Amino acid sequence: MAPALINANPVVYEKKERPVRSRPGDGNFDEYATELIDQLEIFDHIRDIKDPEHPYSLEELKVITEDAIEVDDKRSYVRVTFTPTVEHCSMATVIGLCLRVKLMRSLPSRFKVAPGTHATEDAVNKQLNDKERVAAALENPNLVDMVDECLTPSYE
Amino acid sequence: MGDSTTINCVKHIETYVDSSSSKSPAEQDASLDAIAKLVMNDMITLESLVREMGMYLTTTDNIIRARGILLLAELLTRISSKPLENATIHSLIGFFAERLSDWRALRGALVGCLALMRRKGDISSSDATAVAQSFMQNLQVQSLGQHDRKLCFELLECLIDCYPNTVMTMEDDFVYVICEAIDGEKDPQCLLLTFHLVEMLSHLYPDSSNSLTSYAEDLFNILGSYFPIHFTHPKGEDDVKREELSRALMLAFASTPLFEPFSIPLLLEKLSSSLPSSKVESLKYLSYCTLKYGPHRMLQHLESLWSSLKEAIFTSDQSNSNKIASEALVLLQNLIQQDNGVFVNLILKDADINLTLNSLSNYNNHDDSPMPDQQRLNSIGQILHVSSAASMASCNAIFQSFFSGLVNGLEKDYASEKPKFGCLYICVELLAACRILVMKNDEVSYNENETWCIMLHSFCDSLISSFVKSIKESNEDSYTQSGVRGLKILASFPGSFSPVSKSTFENILREFISIIILKFNNTSLWSSILDSLTEIGSFIEKSQDSEKMPSFDAIIVDKMVDLLSSDDSTMPFSLKVKSVSEIGLINLKYMMKIVQELNKTIITSLHKSWIDGDSKSVEHAMILLECYDDKILPWFQNIKDSDDVATNFALKIWDEIEDNTLFYDTLVEKKLLETTMNTMKHAVATCSEENQTKILEKSFKVNESNLVNKVSQPRNKWIISLFNSVIIALHPKTNIKNPKKTLETLIESLTNGHTSSAHALGSFFNKIPSNEAIIDNTFSHLIKFSNVNAIIGLSWMGKGLLMRGHEKVKDLIKFFLDFLILNSPQDQEMVDLMRSVADSFGIMMSDSEFCLNKRLNSVIKPLYKQRLFSIVMPILSSSIVKLDSPVTRSMQHRALAHVISNAPLSAVLGEAKKLIPLMLDGLTILSEDVENRDILYNLLLVLSGILTNKNGEEVIVENAYIIIRCINKLVAYPHMMLVRETAVQCLTAMSEVSYARVYPFRPEVLQALSRALDDPKRSVRQEAVRCRQAWASVSSRSLHI
Repeated sequence: MAPALINANPVVYEKKERPVRSRPGDGNFDEYATELIDQLEIFDHIRDIKDPEHPYSLEELKVITEDAIEVDDKRSYVRVTFTPTVEHCSMATVIGLCLRVKLMRSLPSRFKVAPGTHATEDAVNKQLNDKERVAAALENPNLVDMVDECLTPSYE
Repeated sequence: MGDSTTINCVKHIETYVDSSSSKSPAEQDASLDAIAKLVMNDMITLESLVREMGMYLTTTDNIIRARGILLLAELLTRISSKPLENATIHSLIGFFAERLSDWRALRGALVGCLALMRRKGDISSSDATAVAQSFMQNLQVQSLGQHDRKLCFELLECLIDCYPNTVMTMEDDFVYVICEAIDGEKDPQCLLLTFHLVEMLSHLYPDSSNSLTSYAEDLFNILGSYFPIHFTHPKGEDDVKREELSRALMLAFASTPLFEPFSIPLLLEKLSSSLPSSKVESLKYLSYCTLKYGPHRMLQHLESLWSSLKEAIFTSDQSNSNKIASEALVLLQNLIQQDNGVFVNLILKDADINLTLNSLSNYNNHDDSPMPDQQRLNSIGQILHVSSAASMASCNAIFQSFFSGLVNGLEKDYASEKPKFGCLYICVELLAACRILVMKNDEVSYNENETWCIMLHSFCDSLISSFVKSIKESNEDSYTQSGVRGLKILASFPGSFSPVSKSTFENILREFISIIILKFNNTSLWSSILDSLTEIGSFIEKSQDSEKMPSFDAIIVDKMVDLLSSDDSTMPFSLKVKSVSEIGLINLKYMMKIVQELNKTIITSLHKSWIDGDSKSVEHAMILLECYDDKILPWFQNIKDSDDVATNFALKIWDEIEDNTLFYDTLVEKKLLETTMNTMKHAVATCSEENQTKILEKSFKVNESNLVNKVSQPRNKWIISLFNSVIIALHPKTNIKNPKKTLETLIESLTNGHTSSAHALGSFFNKIPSNEAIIDNTFSHLIKFSNVNAIIGLSWMGKGLLMRGHEKVKDLIKFFLDFLILNSPQDQEMVDLMRSVADSFGIMMSDSEFCLNKRLNSVIKPLYKQRLFSIVMPILSSSIVKLDSPVTRSMQHRALAHVISNAPLSAVLGEAKKLIPLMLDGLTILSEDVENRDILYNLLLVLSGILTNKNGEEVIVENAYIIIRCINKLVAYPHMMLVRETAVQCLTAMSEVSYARVYPFRPEVLQALSRALDDPKRSVRQEAVRCRQAWASVSSRSLHI
């Protein structure tokens, strides 16, 4: 028998509309201006990650929100605070791992990714901030499959 | 029969009957065709053939017997046009009918019966009966395969269709057999036949028929289970569309009134389902069945129908265009039109409707009332609208019950100043319904003394005052729009029904025009009033209303015309022009009036802007000219023999320029000149050849006198530019009296740096038939200048000749190519010249909006771009390879990039093998100079087109490495975001190429991408993330991070 779901019936929220950004030909487009990496851009990278348990995205479950992202492009610093659907969620590590892997794949290498809070915060953070543990986790084919499954883009 | 024929025939028979795998189906078909041909040409008779086949038809080997019978049956299908003797047919049909009992060889028997039965006149009724009897005794249709079932249904169809008398005599049994045959059918194609069978059956037996009456319930139970048609496996929809099936079922449902006791309850039940598609289907079926079953039978269902209908309309979602509501309203209309009075009474007495109507005075503001109330109001408005528009009687009844109450409700509460929105809304809906009713029946003359008409007349004044009040005193859109709509409807009732008198009509128009002039700040009100005015005008025009026409002329048209010339500056000029031109679109008379005024105003404002550069006049002139270009000229193109307007306009402008000598020169003037040129081009382009000649002569005259005494520089510029515009727009057949002089003028202004003269030169050679000597002369004359202007002129000349398909273009191309190949530049001047020569290929290949297009009467041969592509490509590609001078190389690549990026992709794909290395070389070289960035981008787009095209795959695989290396560099191209973005997209496309080929380059790509992830532009970063993901999944699951 399959193990019971940790949270069998999560609350599902609506997806937010994606705002339109300026493109060349808009009139005041500056070819050489730098567009800093901002909250929304980080959020765009991770909003479509699927929950390990449900066919919903982290955005729809409000596990992550735009406001819970701190980013400082100049100091190459990003901090994503996520809230699992239930406290003491054992899936938190997997979600955190997904976030971490996705951000590592999406951000320039100069960035340092720091995942944020949750009830068993210290334990999770300890696991996620330990580079060797993350690398070791990614050696585990089962875990990598799970992460890849979550990261499969749903909007393409 | 000759022996050879017999042998031949036997051979074919054997081939067909042979069931071993040695013969392909195609071969067997061919032998069948051969036999059919023999029979058709009387080389062999059917009897002797049957005799020849004897053994095959009767053998105990099931497989061979089945093939044999099938052969005979298929043969009969193929010779259906050949007359046969009665005796032959009789014996054949006896044979096949008897064979229906042989289930192992059933296919052949069915095909044979069908082929013979379709020979309508040849079959005796006793034979038909025999087939029918055998069918009834032997066949269990539902136990057969899909194709056999289909044949069975076709046979039944054929029986009903061709032998109704035979079927009639069998009544009960036949109906029973059909019930049994169709029960449980699931295949869409067979179902289509089944539904049709039921429909035919119902038409065959009269309504009083006993057998149908007794079987009606059974038949309907079988049919009803299919409603509503729904595919559980969407794939089945390919063969038979859902709509087609649904329609067939609907026809079957409605085929006999005997179904009524069963179908209406079923449909009503499905209507109450929560599935929207099932609601829509039920309503559709109900509408259709209502018409077919007749009022008498529907009478008992009316009440339940009304309550279901009401429910459906009330609960349907109003926001999106709603199918449920619209189908429900169709049903409502059918029901009302069918019975006189009963159904309308249900509506009139309905508690919900009355309650809502009585509480209308509670809605003070539309936007304040809660959503459900708004929806309820809309629904009731729709119900009353459709019911009143359905028939005169229903309209009268509804007016009698509701109208006076509504109008009283409108004016009851003067304290709150504004009329009640609910009453206003419903009143307007009712008015619209009356108008539809009257317009629909204009061939039937109705009595103007209908109740609704009399009521409308008596309430008209208070209605109008309420409408006007709602427009004036409210800022809510819903209010004002209803008011405007109400007034518009009242003003556009056809003659004898019109409730408004002449003076009231005029008052409405005055009300409207005063809003047009004063209330332009309220955009939505303003434009809805303008729309209403054009609608009223068009209606009067269409109905030739001699009473209202003069009022409209005096109050609206004259006033509008005055607007243009008045100095009153409170109303924005652009709005004035907009309203005037919209009114002009109503008819030719108005348009002519308005054009006259427009011309006058254009001239005055041009005058002012020439003399003192007054910025307001410049703005006015531009608005007017644009209006001319966008609205007036296109409108006149649809009217025959009306090019006088365009001609007059062009001549008028020339007159003015001739008379004016003082010209002011500013930056805004430059824009004005461009707008004037555009309008001039399009005006001249619509003129006839003779008129063009007239304009050309006039412009030539002005131009010549100008050359003699050059008065001022700006005036000179205007004259030359407008003269060029005239040349650009000419028809190919227009007669130019002195082409030589014209050409000289063009060349002179060209060398003085007027780009439009180059356009004119191109158009000249594109259209005007000129001998080779003239072309050669111009060519050699221009070459001598050897400056950038002359090269531009030559480029446009080349484009003109190329588009026309003239052979001389080759000389020009050769000159350009030689210039690029043989020169190695020493100084900057030479570099500039070479660049403009390279760019000439861009001019020749691309489409232009300034000249040489369809609207400006150019001669365009199809495929001219491919032609240039195939001339230039081999020469340039072989020359580039040999080069080592970097500047020349870069210039040649520039030319090549122009040609490639403008050629159709299919042409480039054809040559991809040779072109890919060249393009990559070009991309690298072009990326060295910032100036080339647009060309670089265009070339990269072609490459990405090849990468994403299936036909390019082979070449891509072959050149994978050099492509990736080249694109990797472009990912970091600093000068254009689009180039970087497209480069990353190209890399993504490369990840799909065969794994073994691209895997080795993965580290390089990922390295380039890691830089792109840190790109200053967001969209490049986003593409890079996607691309990285694609390349990551090229290999194993893990990405080295």
